[in-house]
Amino acid sequence: MRKTSRSVLPGFGLSLGITCAYLSLIVLLPLATVFARTTDLTWPVFWGTISNPRVVASYRVTFGASFLAAVVNTVFGFLVAWVLIRYRFPGRRLIDAAVDLPFALPTAVAGIALTTLYAPNGWIGSRLEPFGIKVSYTWIGITVALIFIGLPFVVRTVQPVLDDLEAEVEEAAASLGANRWQTFTRVVFPTVAPALLTGFALAFARAVGEYGSVVFISGNMPMKTEIVPLLIITKLEQYDYAGATAVALVMLLASFVLLLAINLLQWAARRRAAA
Amino acid sequence: MATVALSRTAAAPRAVARATGESRAVRWALTALALVFLGLMLMLPLVLVFTEAFAKGTQAYLDAIREPDALSAARLTLLIASIAVPINLVFGVAAAWCISKFEFLGKNLLITLIDLPFAVSPVVSGMIFVLLFGAHGWFGPWLSDHNIKIIFAVPGMVLATTFVTAPFVARELIPLMQEQGAEEEEAAVVLGANGWQTFVRVTLPNIKWGLLYGLILCNARAMGEFGAVSVVSGHIRGETNTLPLHVEILYNEYAFAASFAAASVLTLLALVTLALKTAVEWQQRRALAEVAEAEGAPERIDA
Amino acid sequence: MSIEVRHLHKAFGSFVALDDVSLDVPGGELVALLGPSGSGKTTLLRIIAGLEPADRGSIHFHGEDATDQPVRERQVGFVFQHYALFRHMSVFENVAFGLRVRPRAVRPSEAEIRDTVMGLLHLVQLDVLAKRRPSELSGGQRQRVALARALAVKPKVLLLDEPFGALDAKVRKELRRWLRRLHEEVHVTSVFVTHDQEEALEVSDRVVIMNEGRIEQSGTPESVYEHPATPFVYGFLGDVNLFHGRIDQGRVTIGGSELDAPEWADVRDQAGLAYVRTYDVDVAALPTGSASMEAVVRRVRAFGPIVRLELTLSDGERTIEAHLPRDRFEALAVTHGQRVYVSPKHVRVFAGE
Repeated sequence: MRKTSRSVLPGFGLSLGITCAYLSLIVLLPLATVFARTTDLTWPVFWGTISNPRVVASYRVTFGASFLAAVVNTVFGFLVAWVLIRYRFPGRRLIDAAVDLPFALPTAVAGIALTTLYAPNGWIGSRLEPFGIKVSYTWIGITVALIFIGLPFVVRTVQPVLDDLEAEVEEAAASLGANRWQTFTRVVFPTVAPALLTGFALAFARAVGEYGSVVFISGNMPMKTEIVPLLIITKLEQYDYAGATAVALVMLLASFVLLLAINLLQWAARRRAAA
Repeated sequence: MATVALSRTAAAPRAVARATGESRAVRWALTALALVFLGLMLMLPLVLVFTEAFAKGTQAYLDAIREPDALSAARLTLLIASIAVPINLVFGVAAAWCISKFEFLGKNLLITLIDLPFAVSPVVSGMIFVLLFGAHGWFGPWLSDHNIKIIFAVPGMVLATTFVTAPFVARELIPLMQEQGAEEEEAAVVLGANGWQTFVRVTLPNIKWGLLYGLILCNARAMGEFGAVSVVSGHIRGETNTLPLHVEILYNEYAFAASFAAASVLTLLALVTLALKTAVEWQQRRALAEVAEAEGAPERIDA
Repeated sequence: MSIEVRHLHKAFGSFVALDDVSLDVPGGELVALLGPSGSGKTTLLRIIAGLEPADRGSIHFHGEDATDQPVRERQVGFVFQHYALFRHMSVFENVAFGLRVRPRAVRPSEAEIRDTVMGLLHLVQLDVLAKRRPSELSGGQRQRVALARALAVKPKVLLLDEPFGALDAKVRKELRRWLRRLHEEVHVTSVFVTHDQEEALEVSDRVVIMNEGRIEQSGTPESVYEHPATPFVYGFLGDVNLFHGRIDQGRVTIGGSELDAPEWADVRDQAGLAYVRTYDVDVAALPTGSASMEAVVRRVRAFGPIVRLELTLSDGERTIEAHLPRDRFEALAVTHGQRVYVSPKHVRVFAGE
């Protein structure tokens, strides 16, 4: 029983074969092992690991900082996207290209650069010190690093939507008597909101799993600034495979839920756009 | 459909008519705020990498770069990338081909699966391979019996990197090829071309910029990957350290200038990546504009 | 409210869109700005609305200088070619928008807004669709919503930019009639831009014909059609045949034929353009005088009440078109390839090449 429609083009078998084989080997098999491992874990062990105070603290740090960073990125990412799309100023193109730097830069490089920048004797850290604001080795530092890493997501998701906005719709609003703020809140923002949400979800998802750029600036103090990825590594180094798996499982579930949410958001956005 | 648009730089700004835009003051303020934010978050760290790298002078910088461990780390980075990227190129093309040119059940599932490595944390990715091939892993005993080392050796690092960078080319090509449809390829087949000819002569020229773009991104990630590789590497100096890992080791030993020197090489790589990426985007936009013009897309002239 | 446009000049880079344009639109009239692409009509409309600033010149609404007034204060209603409806709002919310963004002090209550909006939707016959989104409406319906939205704020002037350009022919005809009826009910000073001469002539009280940034002629539909002032207007309105010939002492020579041109009695041997409307071309089986030109019938299109003939003149291989009423055509009984004699009944001669 063939559910596939026979197309006249060749290469279906080959390409699908390669794809499925590759995915099975490289993606499915590894992921399956995680779930298989969890059967090694009995529920008490699993729950014991998850509910351990140190683990819970690390969840709080990771998810909390990621959320905050994603919020900041949503606000400022929107601002940056707006300015880049609508205004003209010298160096606009260069700056636009530079927004992708966090994408292209290895996370370890970002990590050490940010740590040095915000250290008590660093360029920015030294300026904040008199106010009693410590960034390095605190959750603030973690958040800053996550802001860096998530910066491009909101900008790049919002830019196309802003670009597509027809000038006429804003002109119509103006001709009907709306001032600039009213036009923005009632006409522009609702149109951009779905993209903002998607960008937020993307930035959040990326931040949750981030390791390289955070591990240097966080100081990795258990219960205070220890992030989940580091905790997983620690457990692996102690050969506590079961524990590492348990902790990772929660992360995986969170990632999948986020991935699902993002896909749904995009699908809904595509439907609305097609209408 | 799972694919997220990968980053794109903006084309020329649409000048919203002065009659209905924000006042000059507001515009200036917003621009300034955005630029300050970007300067703080992006430019400062970038500049800092280079100032710190040269903090002990140019000679120390060159020494750090030419140091044997640094060189072998660079070699390993290149080796891993030269394996992972071509593999993912083939995979990406195959996946995009079967997804965009054919209809079959489970397409959406396939696309979601392809996106999975993107959604998983790098550390978890590395952990997965440790669970599979590590000493206490599934295949662990079998591997040690046959004296094959995967984890804490180069093969494991290649695997982890390949896993993490698997989606890049595919995610770039799938929406592109879906948009292009299958008509041209069908025309070629009707005219008598076989599969390979169709691909090389018809499909490849159409996707060349998207392909290049995906390759650039895949390569950047492969060379810069840290989390996943860190887990599987074992951090054995001179043997299982990539350049990013080398940066980490030096930093943890407080050899800051040397660490930043290695980091500066990676940063230059990132800047080159950005430049290439922008150049390819430019070309893409130009190619699209030419097509639109040829098809006589009407321009909006104020009549 | 009347509109006075004085010496408007607008350039986009090196392209001059409006070249010293002045115009008067009396209050309550429905005026069409007619012209080809690039003639400046949309630019003029947008400057009147305040969506575009002029380089030089002024706009007055009922005597008051509005040149520097921002668009939101001008109290103009603007209907865009592609509707520009707010996609995320329902039909009701779209029409209510202008009322809801009024400053608190002058904002009507929700009940009043509801009455006004439903009244307007009733006027445009869309009250049952009040809750729908624009994406669920047809093109014609969307345009009616756009109109209702513009009217909701009780504008002093209604401006429409190729309002029916994006619709197909049948819907266009219907909406044209409907716009005229609406205007008769509401009586707002209205200016609409179009490149479709049939539309302009059918709907408006007055037609302003523009070309290359200048006004060629302005007048009632009848007057511009029957008495075109310039060659451009003649050629733009109605189907016309153009002949190049020479004018000499009250006669114009086209090819081998001569025609009377009494208004050029004093002119000696000058190049001239003769315009003949397609329905002013008389077709006969035999020559009928010095104005007759020999021609061969190339194509006959006989659908509908008017029969269109494509004829090639025997001297010079020029092709002209003649439109005959059906009964005349049937009496003539011409067929493809037949030799006939054509003579213009009315000709308008202009000097020039």
